[in-house]
Amino acid sequence: MSVPLTQAHRPEEEAPPSPDARVAAIEVHDLTVAYRTQPVLWDVDLQLPEGQLIAIVGPNGAGKSTLLKAVLGLVPPITGWVQIFGEPYARRRSWVGYVPQRESVDWDFPTSALDVVTMGLYGRIGWLRRPSRHHHELALSALEKVGMRELAHRQISQLSGGQQQRVFLARALAQDAKLYLMDEPFAGVDATTERAILTLLKELRATGRTVVAVHHDLQTVAEYFDHVVLLNMRLVAAGPVATTFTAENLQRTYGGKLTVLTQASEALLQKKPVLNGQEPPWS
Amino acid sequence: MSPTLVILLVASFVAASCALVGSFLVLRKMALLGDAISHAVLPGIVIAFLLTGTRAALPMVLGAGALGVITVLLVELFNRSQRLREDASIGVVFPALFSLGVILISRYASQVDLDLDCVLYGEIAYSPWDTLTLAGRDIGPKALWVTGGVLLLNLALVLALYKELKISTFDAGLAATLGFSPVALHYLLMSAVSVTVVGSFESVGAILVVAMLVVPPATAYLLTERLERMLVLAVLLGVTSALAGYAAARWLDASIAGAMATVAGLLFLAALLFSPGHGLLARLLIQRRMGWRLSGQLLLLHLQKGGAVVPVSTLERRFGWSDTRLRRVLASLLRAGWVEMEGDGLRLTANGARVLETTGRAQLAHRL
Amino acid sequence: MELSFTARNVLMGATMLGALGGTLGSFALLRRQSLLGDALAHAALPGVCIAFLLTGSKSPLPLFLGALVAGVLGSLLILATVRWSRIKEDSAIGIVLSVFFGLGIVLLTFIQKLPAGNQSGLDKYLFGQAATLVEEDLKVMAVLGAVVLATVAAFYKELKLLAFDPGFGASLGLPMRRLEILLTLLLVVVVVVGLQTVGVVLIVATLITPAAAARQWTDRLGAMVLLSAGIGALAGVAGSLASASVPRLPTGPVIVLASSSVLIVSLLFAPRRGLLWAILSERRTAARIRRENLLKDLYLQGERSGEWGTFLSWPLLMGVRGQTSHELERAARALVADGLVERSEDALRLTPAGRRAAEGVVRKHRIWEVFLTRRLELPSDHVHRDAEAMEHALSERAVADLEEALGFPEIDPHGRAIPRRRTA
Repeated sequence: MSVPLTQAHRPEEEAPPSPDARVAAIEVHDLTVAYRTQPVLWDVDLQLPEGQLIAIVGPNGAGKSTLLKAVLGLVPPITGWVQIFGEPYARRRSWVGYVPQRESVDWDFPTSALDVVTMGLYGRIGWLRRPSRHHHELALSALEKVGMRELAHRQISQLSGGQQQRVFLARALAQDAKLYLMDEPFAGVDATTERAILTLLKELRATGRTVVAVHHDLQTVAEYFDHVVLLNMRLVAAGPVATTFTAENLQRTYGGKLTVLTQASEALLQKKPVLNGQEPPWS
Repeated sequence: MSPTLVILLVASFVAASCALVGSFLVLRKMALLGDAISHAVLPGIVIAFLLTGTRAALPMVLGAGALGVITVLLVELFNRSQRLREDASIGVVFPALFSLGVILISRYASQVDLDLDCVLYGEIAYSPWDTLTLAGRDIGPKALWVTGGVLLLNLALVLALYKELKISTFDAGLAATLGFSPVALHYLLMSAVSVTVVGSFESVGAILVVAMLVVPPATAYLLTERLERMLVLAVLLGVTSALAGYAAARWLDASIAGAMATVAGLLFLAALLFSPGHGLLARLLIQRRMGWRLSGQLLLLHLQKGGAVVPVSTLERRFGWSDTRLRRVLASLLRAGWVEMEGDGLRLTANGARVLETTGRAQLAHRL
Repeated sequence: MELSFTARNVLMGATMLGALGGTLGSFALLRRQSLLGDALAHAALPGVCIAFLLTGSKSPLPLFLGALVAGVLGSLLILATVRWSRIKEDSAIGIVLSVFFGLGIVLLTFIQKLPAGNQSGLDKYLFGQAATLVEEDLKVMAVLGAVVLATVAAFYKELKLLAFDPGFGASLGLPMRRLEILLTLLLVVVVVVGLQTVGVVLIVATLITPAAAARQWTDRLGAMVLLSAGIGALAGVAGSLASASVPRLPTGPVIVLASSSVLIVSLLFAPRRGLLWAILSERRTAARIRRENLLKDLYLQGERSGEWGTFLSWPLLMGVRGQTSHELERAARALVADGLVERSEDALRLTPAGRRAAEGVVRKHRIWEVFLTRRLELPSDHVHRDAEAMEHALSERAVADLEEALGFPEIDPHGRAIPRRRTA
């Protein structure tokens, strides 16, 4: 199944004058990934447009995180390939920023928020060199963007869950990437952080960046994102939220069991005129 | 009783009692706590020596048992304080206690009839000659009585509390709701480990105790899914290691305890490689079979997406498979009647489409 | 103190080892691989024996290489077993540790019974005999130590990333797998260097104990590594000096006890993380809660009877929440000292200031109850216990915000008046 590029939906003034504007931010082709012998992603074909906020949605164990990791080359595929702006990941590494799940690290690690953010620059700093004052400036301004500058020297265990999530976002911002891959950036954060992250994502979009985020809150998909990928080991559907995030597709993604969620999201969707498909939610 | 028989009996008793409690340690992911206890009981034994001036069994067991419980308490205290993680808690507690024991032995060497090397690898070869006298009569080797007693204790524990131990091992929460205290069982088990360690200590030394606590149960864990069978197998494997180890040690004229640990290790290696259910070889075979099935499914999926007829020549490039692999996958699919050839092309049959649909749905159903 | 030649060797060796162990141990501790060092040390023993059997020499280099190979093999076996079978890491470590050691003992006893004369002395690896360190050993130690420290310094930021977030490191294109192998290799080198000084069993403590102690004092990895190396070196100095001056005191165990003492002091007294401060602050909080509860109890009695001037008796107050006389006495004394409560014999009543203070506590309690019933729609008979805890935790500011958000409620879910905020 091929997904049409949705370049047409991108507001004109935000389109960056990129020479290869018609190349997809991410192109996934025939991707199958298995852990041991258990396939977790089955033959996924996907083209994700540049300059949009894209949600990956699906039930637990649907392979959402695995898809991100496969794009990053962290898990080897059995078949298929991934390209980022028309090139393999190895050549586009500096264009990509990654925000892992917050629970993936030990927050009691003896280090400061600033230090964690500086880690985003390690690839650029290079072997055998230490981060310079310049790098710390970059890290500080990334922290500034997530409203955490005053807490730069705090030990990371003394930050709240939302603040820790913002540190991870700042680390990705410090990478100054064109494409951001985020694994559940909204998981377990407070309302303030949720708003701050959303503002940040919109700013990224306004400067032509692409954000692909694993998202688990069906109620906010239509409000936060432009484009959605519905995944349950196999690709169920992908496309603009307005046309793709439908009750029928959700039903196909989650099966009959999650009726509560489906009803909830349906109720939400019905309130939005965008569901009729004439108007994208960001215009 | 011949000396050889005594040695073999003592070794078998040690192996069996270690296997019984060790199985629960392995299942509860606390193998290293057993390691820690087996080192940390040293000061308890030394202090018992110093206080009583004898090698009598009871004070030694009490001293060691106390130290065993102290070790568990300290590890948990550090762990619960959230200043150290569990691995670090173990890693700081037992060397400190062991050091204390070594220093005590060195300082009071004249009073303590305990050889440091013995602490690590025991002196089972002497066990037939260290006999007990009761009411003036020689009632046989002390080690036989001690290790036999420990074995009976462990057997009684496992038989009496089998159900409780089983539930609390697999689901501590459930055990608590059913009214058995997982904490009490935990300490009971740890006390049993301490008693087992000290009962075996003199004969086989600290390290063989660890080997007997961990290796045969881990081997049994690779061979069966059922707890009862695992316990029986662990005991049998432990006793086999003990007997074969003794023979090997006689042949090489080397440490008996060391040889027993080595044989236990070899048995583990064999199970690791060849266990029918969990061995590496079996796993490799399953993986290959699954690999073929996966390849077949991928090919079917590709044909379904491609619609109509897909030229065979494009497949090799598309999947990046070797020629032989592609041919083998094709052959199996053709044989099953899931695809058919049309000139140089390949097409999904109705049967194949149905198979694809059902596997897809099965996988989806499995997920939900 | 005049040191003998041997004692000086021991001192230098133990100090170097302490610094090396402390450095590498920091990374092992943070990567939750504290017991890997233990397994590596035990695994090294058969390597030493085989190297001896092959070369017939006891010079440090071949023995060292044998230990290195066996240590690496042991760590690979642990990795492979965990990765490819259902055996968990703790069992895998236990298996490698005890089986390799058993094999080592077999070889050791086998060697001891060989006819050749030169075989004794290998057993110093079991418990370590620092006194047998000779200059050649020290040279090997110094060179290897310098290499290890230089490697850690050169790859410091990558190793930090490896310890904190290897997945992110891989996404940056850093070879995390190779860095992991490098770190394990460095660990093996340090373990093998330490065998002769502290022996197989106690190596793990030279790695983990200084690092665990250092962790309590600082929240920066760099400082932790340096401090850990310092504590390790200090323990080495203490151990070697003590064993040089007291007869029959083995070096290795004293080193371990020295660093363990530092650890205990650190766990108790380190600022912020020290358990003593945690216990003290817990007790302070408990005392404050008791004072606030007493104020509230007095207030509630007054509210119920409308008689604010009556003294309430000791047994009555003790009965309200089953306090001991001693606890009540301490709370009462503190409140009297603050001028919030008046005392007459064994009876108490609120002063006007005390009544205002008590109103603050009751206010928090009742506003929280309103919040729970209105916003979270909990039944009114389920909210009291929760409010009982929150009244001691909420700040004045939070309550004011909550009150505003709830539209300045005047009565609580049980129909009692909520005291207004008093502006001073």
